[in-house]
Amino acid sequence: MEQIFTAMGAKYNYVAYIILMMVGLYAMIVKSNLVKKIIGMSIFQTSIILFYVSTAYKTGKTIPIVPYDAHAAVQAADFINPLPHVLMLTAIVVSVATLGVALALAMKIYRQYGTLEEDDIHEDLRSEEGKS
Amino acid sequence: MSLPIDFIVLALVVICGIVAISVKDLMAAAIVFSAYSFLMCLSWAVMGAVDVAFTEATVGAGVSTVFCVAAVFHSTRRTKD
Repeated sequence: MEQIFTAMGAKYNYVAYIILMMVGLYAMIVKSNLVKKIIGMSIFQTSIILFYVSTAYKTGKTIPIVPYDAHAAVQAADFINPLPHVLMLTAIVVSVATLGVALALAMKIYRQYGTLEEDDIHEDLRSEEGKS
Repeated sequence: MSLPIDFIVLALVVICGIVAISVKDLMAAAIVFSAYSFLMCLSWAVMGAVDVAFTEATVGAGVSTVFCVAAVFHSTRRTKD
């Protein structure tokens, strides 16, 4: 176990990011329930955010807030890089907006067809086509 | 030996993600997804991204859980997979 950690260094963030990305992709492709698909999409988005925040991390450095009583010159190398954090703030807000719109569309589909399962909806659509 | 805390949190995040898509009840999936978001927020606080952690705790874990639970209440809890 110790050897695994020394071999990976602090790189297990990237392993977790790949695993979470594949879990989200699997849920979006394989699961037939629409809410499960939407949760998979959200997991995919958070995995991308995990990747960006991991790239910003520096071992042994502090959070990017300048102390109030800083007299000496502030060195940027002493702080964790805040630029990916700011980019990912936008990504979180966008991900919640897409989640809300997707769930609203899923509720609309449920009212129309009475089910959230994708294969049942496809069957319904095919039988409607056969009638007309 | 002692495991590093970010490794423990990331392992819990991966477990919660897998459980959230494999559980057979949509309400349980919504709640486990909320736990996933909170653990992700903890992981960002550990990595020093405090502003991202604040935003995730309010917007990601709070509002998206409310959205999921409201959607499940207005449709059905049953799922086939």
